[in-house]
Amino acid sequence: MSEQTFFKVTVDGITIEVPAGTTILQAARQIGGQVAPPAMCYYSKLKGSGGKCRTCLVEVSKGSEKDPRPMPKLVASCRTTVMDGMEVKNITSDKVIDARAGVVEFLLLNHPLDCPICDQAGECHLQDLSFDHGKSKTRFEFQKRTFKKHDLGDNIQLHMTRCILCYRCVFTADQLTNKRVHGILDRGDHAEIATHIEKSLDNEFIGNVIDVCPVGALTDKTFRFKNRVWFLKPMDAHRDCPTCSGRVTLWNRGDEVYRVTARKDEWGEIEDTPDGQPGWICNTCRFDKKEASDWVIEGPRAISRASVISQGHYQGSVGMHKPTETFLAVNGGRAPHLLMDIHDESEVNQPTIHLGKIQGPSHGNTFNNKN
Amino acid sequence: MQALTNKAQAVSRKPMTFLERLYLINIIKGMMITFSHMFKKQPTIRYPEQKREFSPVFRGLHVLNRDEDGRERCTACGLCAVACPAEAITMEAAERVEGEENLYREEKYAAKYEINMLRCIFCGLCEDACPKDAIYLSETFAPANFTRKGFIYGKPDLLIPNPKTEASAFAEAKGVEA
Repeated sequence: MSEQTFFKVTVDGITIEVPAGTTILQAARQIGGQVAPPAMCYYSKLKGSGGKCRTCLVEVSKGSEKDPRPMPKLVASCRTTVMDGMEVKNITSDKVIDARAGVVEFLLLNHPLDCPICDQAGECHLQDLSFDHGKSKTRFEFQKRTFKKHDLGDNIQLHMTRCILCYRCVFTADQLTNKRVHGILDRGDHAEIATHIEKSLDNEFIGNVIDVCPVGALTDKTFRFKNRVWFLKPMDAHRDCPTCSGRVTLWNRGDEVYRVTARKDEWGEIEDTPDGQPGWICNTCRFDKKEASDWVIEGPRAISRASVISQGHYQGSVGMHKPTETFLAVNGGRAPHLLMDIHDESEVNQPTIHLGKIQGPSHGNTFNNKN
Repeated sequence: MQALTNKAQAVSRKPMTFLERLYLINIIKGMMITFSHMFKKQPTIRYPEQKREFSPVFRGLHVLNRDEDGRERCTACGLCAVACPAEAITMEAAERVEGEENLYREEKYAAKYEINMLRCIFCGLCEDACPKDAIYLSETFAPANFTRKGFIYGKPDLLIPNPKTEASAFAEAKGVEA
């Protein structure tokens, strides 16, 4: 094996040694925390991704040891490789903060901001990005663009208005499936994700476009409007799947499986399996295995404390442990006299309705509504 | 023992005088206090007939709002439920189908929406959290009841009358501007 050269790079005053050929973004991610620039289009598991959204812009204040001149403009850290002795400023640079606020403003120009409706809310990268780096007001006074609705089949719901054209789903289809049927049609303001003409996405691995989508443009139709992600209980689980790794996160409500996704790491990317391959999951695991008995549950998923999903979420051994009912023991074996059973009165969370088993979104008649 | 303050007074063990033993003077003194209250302003009101004015920031029973076309504003985003410190709010979302555009404002709506008034502490955080102007706390309070059953308020209890189809009920519910 040939000697690998290592470069010293300093990001926000923290020095790290990385192999030559590493991008600034990857080096910053190795340091971790706030030093890592946000990325909307770059996805380390997809070859060729990155360089489109400009959210990962950083300032290079010193080019390298041999040529210490700073780079004249901010550079996209996902596409720029490190040089020896390079000094990078991310959150310590006012120029970067200002540029990033501008990028967020542009990304949100045509974004409908329908977060109250969107299923991605709570785990949306654009939400996090605008919360961390954006301004609270828009200066855009015009009509936002709208699109003709395209149907992408039974499992994947496309909301083109929310799309930020990161191309991640296109790369996913290219690299995971043998024939890509969707892509970006038209250009400029008219550019949109679509199939030509009205095909449904039905490759066995195409469901992964839902996981790579940084916004709510591609969402799971089998989970559509079922519940908000922060009311669900993410659990690591696996099953013996012949086509994929079978390592997933289950999003449960009680013991009911509402949604299945791949496991995502702290950068929102799909986690590697123990053998070092990206843990893409197949459509069967994602859309069809909605029974708790299909899965071997490993335990509650670790969720960042900063995420809204961590509300009401118990991790570690606490999350695995079901609280025992102590009333009978302390009351001499007599059952409590209930003044009211909530299910007699309440029409919500009825034990007879299993939302996880309904294929598509629920409608008024699902809940015996007369409307 | 040294006293901590100089306010302590020794209990008088003197036997009562004849006048004191009659108690009459002290009874008359007490009656005078009682009698003087008949000429003072009454702090109480006759409740069911008379009602006190609420403070402008009073937080009472919730209402679910409609927009000017009478469509429900709530999209079941769950922010009120996640903001609720008492976990009183639950809901069930559904997708709007074709033909329901005049009923619901957005693509998603709350098929069921319930507030457990036994749990609610009327803090108003749901009103703060709502991004759609859908929930407001009104100036009425929950009526008392003998059982717990009537305190689960569903959508029929919470929704305001439709200003288009039930104009008179809407005007009545709106009341007069103070």
